[in-house]
Amino acid sequence: MIAVIIIVAIVVLLILIFVVQYNGLVRLRNRIDNAWSQIDVQLQRRHDLVPNLVETVKGYAAHEKDTFERVVQARNQAVSAQGAEAQAQAENVLTGALRQLFAVAEAYPDLKANQNFLELQEQLTSTEDRVAYARQFYNDSVVKYNNKIQSIPSNILAGMFNFHEREYFEVEEDARTVPRVQF
Amino acid sequence: MYEQIAANKRRTVLIIAAFVLLVVAVVEAINYLTGGGIIGLVIAGVIALVGSVGAYYNSDKVALAMSRAHPADPREYARYHNIVEGLCIASGLPKPRLYIVDDPAPNAFATGRNPQHAAVAVTTGLLEKMNRVELEGVLAHELSHIRNYDILVSTITVTLVGVVALLSDFFLRFMFWGGRRDRNDSNDSGPLGAILAILGIVLLVLAPLVARLMQLALSRRRESLADASGVTMTRYPPGLISALKKLQEDSSVVHTASKATAHLWIEEPLETEPSKPGARINRLFSTHPPLEERIKALESM
Repeated sequence: MIAVIIIVAIVVLLILIFVVQYNGLVRLRNRIDNAWSQIDVQLQRRHDLVPNLVETVKGYAAHEKDTFERVVQARNQAVSAQGAEAQAQAENVLTGALRQLFAVAEAYPDLKANQNFLELQEQLTSTEDRVAYARQFYNDSVVKYNNKIQSIPSNILAGMFNFHEREYFEVEEDARTVPRVQF
Repeated sequence: MYEQIAANKRRTVLIIAAFVLLVVAVVEAINYLTGGGIIGLVIAGVIALVGSVGAYYNSDKVALAMSRAHPADPREYARYHNIVEGLCIASGLPKPRLYIVDDPAPNAFATGRNPQHAAVAVTTGLLEKMNRVELEGVLAHELSHIRNYDILVSTITVTLVGVVALLSDFFLRFMFWGGRRDRNDSNDSGPLGAILAILGIVLLVLAPLVARLMQLALSRRRESLADASGVTMTRYPPGLISALKKLQEDSSVVHTASKATAHLWIEEPLETEPSKPGARINRLFSTHPPLEERIKALESM
């Protein structure tokens, strides 16, 4: 009788461990997918802000045509970029173009005092931060997921139910060394 | 950095364990001295339970009302809102409610029983004096308090301190007014019994003080933990370091802060300048580690 109870208890325990581990894997995998789409959401937001910014700056510094064109072009390229790598590259170009635009704006005191411009500047800065944070969260989530897939006992389940390791989001060397801009 | 966080968590567990031991010791002392006053214990227990449940659900409202915080307008305080939203993306937390305290002294606090019911408040002085990266460091520290469930931890400790104080107080009164007559009748256990009785009374007198000191030690631990995990959010220690340095230079105190809410703020909101009256006591009973130590810890990351 006692032997039966012990066996039942062990089986129940094993099932419980199985359920907890499996659910943990599913939760982490979904978090990664969510983190990835969060990056897209923030990039989208950035693309939407750029035309507004260009319009505002145009009103004050109409003859800086080259700078505008570069920003608009970089923005359109970023919007249409396909694949993670091409997208990251296009975003870097856009970041560079925007930085140039803000550098140009320094020469126009009226523009720098414009409420609308200041708001857009704040929005763009925080959106760039958010893109960086979203990527950081994505990588943090991948670390957790990969750790779980590689460690005992969840590695057994991961092998049985096709949970595969994910790749990290990596930035090019030059993008990594860009200093933080302060406004 | 991660080892530091783990060590901090271990110490928190140790302090809470010590707390529980203290409560048990107090209960034992009472049991020994009264020969088992069950009813008193039950009454104390019920009061403690009701108090802690109330504190758990209302901690944020009370803290916000006590410091006269009002909601931050998303347009007027766009930077504040934007930074918090960014950090929430980095940490996977839902965005907390944001509040402003009209006070020139730079300071901030977080409250709420869990990440879904959390609030962050900053003083207008903090928003004026800090630049973007510094503000980000401070807000990451506050969000870490939310993520680490520090409000829950402090609610538990406040309750435990309350239980210890209540029990000690209850028993000392009982001894003084009603207990003496019974003692005379049953006090036949000789000198050993008398020594144990005196030890019990000493323990009961000291217990509330010890409990309070342990609560403060715990609070200081949680502050260091929030510094460390705040930096894992921003991945940029210089931001918080330079914010803490600015706080160090600034010696003003928050007007609406009191001893009751001191543990909530990012920096000790009470007077700790050596020359000012009351500073020595405030430092001894400080809820925060000294700023120099916090800066040093961050610089070593």
